[in-house]
Amino acid sequence: MYKTSIFSYTLNTNVLQPKMVVARLKNPSPRIGHCTKVPRNSNMEKLQHGYLFPEIERHEHMHLQKYPHANIIDLGIGDTTEPLPTMVTSSMVDFVRGLSTSKGYKGYGPEQGEQALRKAIADVYYKDLGIKPTEVFVSDGAQCDITRLQLLMGPNLKIAVQDPSFPAYIDSSVIIGQAGDFVDKVGKYKNIEYMKCGPQTNFFPDLHKASRPELIFFCSPNNPTGHAATRKQLEQLVDFAKVNGSIIIFDSAYSAYITDDSPKSIFEIPGAREVAIEVSSFSKFAGFTGVRLGWTVVPEELLYSNGFPVVHDFNRIMCTCFNGASNIAQAGGLACLSPEGFRAVKSLINYYMENASILVNALSSLGLTVYGGKNAPYVWVHFPGSKSWDVFAEILEKTHIITVPGSGFGPGGEEYIRVSAFGQRDSIIEASERLKYLLYQEEN
Amino acid sequence: MSITQSLSTPLSSSSSTFLAPSTFNPRSQVTLPVKSLGVCKCIAAPQEADTAYKTKVSRNGNIAKLQAGYLFPEIARRRNAHLLKYPDAKVISLGIGDTTEPIPDAITSAMSKRSHALSTVEGYSGYGAEQGERPLRSAIASTFYRDLGIEDDDIFVSDGAKCDISRLQIVFGSKIKMAVQDPSYPAYVDSSVIMGQTGYYQKDVEKFANIEYMRCNPENGFFPDLSSISRPDIIFFCSPNNPTGAAATREQLTQLVKFAKDNGSIIIFDSAYAMYISGDNPRSIFEIPGAKEVALEVSSFSKYAGFTGVRLGWTVIPKQLLFSDGFPVAKDFNRIVCTCFNGASNISQAGGLACLSPDGLKAMQDVIGFYKENTNIIVETFDSLGFKVYGGKDAPYVWVHFPGRNSWDVFAEILEKTHVVTTPGSGFGPGGEGFVRVSAFGHRENVLEACRRFKELYK
Repeated sequence: MYKTSIFSYTLNTNVLQPKMVVARLKNPSPRIGHCTKVPRNSNMEKLQHGYLFPEIERHEHMHLQKYPHANIIDLGIGDTTEPLPTMVTSSMVDFVRGLSTSKGYKGYGPEQGEQALRKAIADVYYKDLGIKPTEVFVSDGAQCDITRLQLLMGPNLKIAVQDPSFPAYIDSSVIIGQAGDFVDKVGKYKNIEYMKCGPQTNFFPDLHKASRPELIFFCSPNNPTGHAATRKQLEQLVDFAKVNGSIIIFDSAYSAYITDDSPKSIFEIPGAREVAIEVSSFSKFAGFTGVRLGWTVVPEELLYSNGFPVVHDFNRIMCTCFNGASNIAQAGGLACLSPEGFRAVKSLINYYMENASILVNALSSLGLTVYGGKNAPYVWVHFPGSKSWDVFAEILEKTHIITVPGSGFGPGGEEYIRVSAFGQRDSIIEASERLKYLLYQEEN
Repeated sequence: MSITQSLSTPLSSSSSTFLAPSTFNPRSQVTLPVKSLGVCKCIAAPQEADTAYKTKVSRNGNIAKLQAGYLFPEIARRRNAHLLKYPDAKVISLGIGDTTEPIPDAITSAMSKRSHALSTVEGYSGYGAEQGERPLRSAIASTFYRDLGIEDDDIFVSDGAKCDISRLQIVFGSKIKMAVQDPSYPAYVDSSVIMGQTGYYQKDVEKFANIEYMRCNPENGFFPDLSSISRPDIIFFCSPNNPTGAAATREQLTQLVKFAKDNGSIIIFDSAYAMYISGDNPRSIFEIPGAKEVALEVSSFSKYAGFTGVRLGWTVIPKQLLFSDGFPVAKDFNRIVCTCFNGASNISQAGGLACLSPDGLKAMQDVIGFYKENTNIIVETFDSLGFKVYGGKDAPYVWVHFPGRNSWDVFAEILEKTHVVTTPGSGFGPGGEGFVRVSAFGHRENVLEACRRFKELYK
């Protein structure tokens, strides 16, 4: 197949590898002015470079400077593009108008979220799974909750992540002090367990190889691979957690994209209530990436080794380090969970999944091995033998399409590119055409 | 606030009622029959603990150091317990500093517009810049820091000061030592404990080990004696102060900046109440020469625009603020903002921008003026009753002295006898003992009624 030959030319990859964006001042310039005596947090020093998605943006920016008239198509950062349903925004408008009235004005809300919204999440997302509204904590998004969970758990434990995985799990672990030093040779942090998830093992880690981590971050449907774990796989995971006394932090931000009968929540698995926390979000479900709304479920049965309920301490974190999600966003969230609202956001999800189909078909038709795109809005494309940043750079240079290099998600992502299916239909079609053209060109 | 309004207000701790630890508040001699009301179902040590499955994950020892729930949910818990005891009482909340007046139209119309725009092709926006939308950052810089050498990109928009405080703690990490005013807003100490910067709580002195508590009282004009404190890495300083209401003078802040410079410390300056200042005390630490090298500033739209539920604030970190190795603090804060946060709600930001328009500013001044008038009424009331009263001039808080009395006892007495919720001073630190904080946020008629009841009780 031609695919390995496309990317065999040399590119000045030094320019395009993620640089340490002032991660360390190796040769500090002569100091002008006052330096405090406050030492820099050594955990921050351990971070290897900037967070992945601002890095992608930086590349986009550089590309635009080089090609100011390029029609860039962004299939990189998974940002929703389609307008919100009017019934959702009109709920927010009504709520906002109420804030100008004596009757409708609201000040501080409960830090855990408005009762009605907590109940709606429990009823709609966890129907028949025994999740109580009091176990649902509304937030301003999953990325924020991940850090709050790390703050909750503290520095003295070890996490396991899927490899590849959403970078916030690892980065937050480093920041909080759990991760140890970065080992250049293997591209991993010393104290993090990287559970490789590749096609050979059906995108599920070989748990026999895993040591006993205290926390296991597990995202399903997976960002970036798009794989939705099967019931059997999740049963294995829960079992593993139970045997080892670990806590699973289950990220279900993309569960609404599942098209087959893969479990949508870890709590569908018997016994999960004693071993798992679930984090989710309205971002990809409802287009709330800018509006900011999510939630975390902490079951009452989840106990620390001394019998103390995790939910109690999580509540303390939410009350002390947070002050509730915006009440306007919560009003919108409630509208999304009404029958009419749910139907409306579901049709947006279908739209993005149709985009995913188009991308999957286009890339597969070129002979590329393509994963994902069926249960998640991400397409995970294999470029065997290539370095993912090289492929990212080539695609950007030649087609003006932004993707995300797989190694940005961990060493297990090397040789892969993540293509996001968020975009307006005509952009998706245009992108498919450009990719086809590039790859045909290279062949001929 | 009428009882129906109280009840329709989300019970802000309805879940924390059952989560309150059984070892709550050893300082209090008040016996509130909370448990017998069935409101507080303490699950700190569940009956079934022995047979229930336990993970092997150790509880975070830092959180275990905290003595009780966060202060304000505790106040709410007490209020709710009181409501159950006296279902027909008209409870008035002058406890938690929660704004009560509607947000002016000039501001909500911008948020309506933005909300509606999200359902249009031209107006939809997804992820925003984590640091905040540029026009808002620019407006904050020019409104609050004009001529102070603060630029747009020194401003980081957030979902509120309380959240920023924790994010700053994450930046600084566990190995630094902080100093706080005593009394002070509880989030500084609590976030420090959670972050692992402190030792254990020492019951005899009511302080956490490894925090420097800088006493601020009437005797020292509510400004600490800096010569008596050992060098901290970080100094939390709130002015105008919550809870005492004291606004530091230019001279005092100059001293503080010098102290920070001499000791290589960083000041975290909380200016959330700056717009309440009546005279010409500094509204920003950056009014003090040299501050940009030693300070960062946290602020909020909560108490200016009634955004307590809408959620919007900001932090200013000058480029000149450097760690000991020369690394700019702003770069690490930016990394935290990009990794541990994902931006304030775009709708809230649209509201914030409207707040800083000429109409919006005028509207905010009017609402602030309203609360200041409430403050005057409360000050006059306690004055007339012969109490020593502090604050109230530059902040929406009145700090009332009850010499020789336990502040939780006074809190309980006021609640029991007048159905008015206040905040006991010791909730803000041992330096608050003997004081009660009365917040001036409320509908005018409720404030007047509360004052009438105070006069009745203490006449």
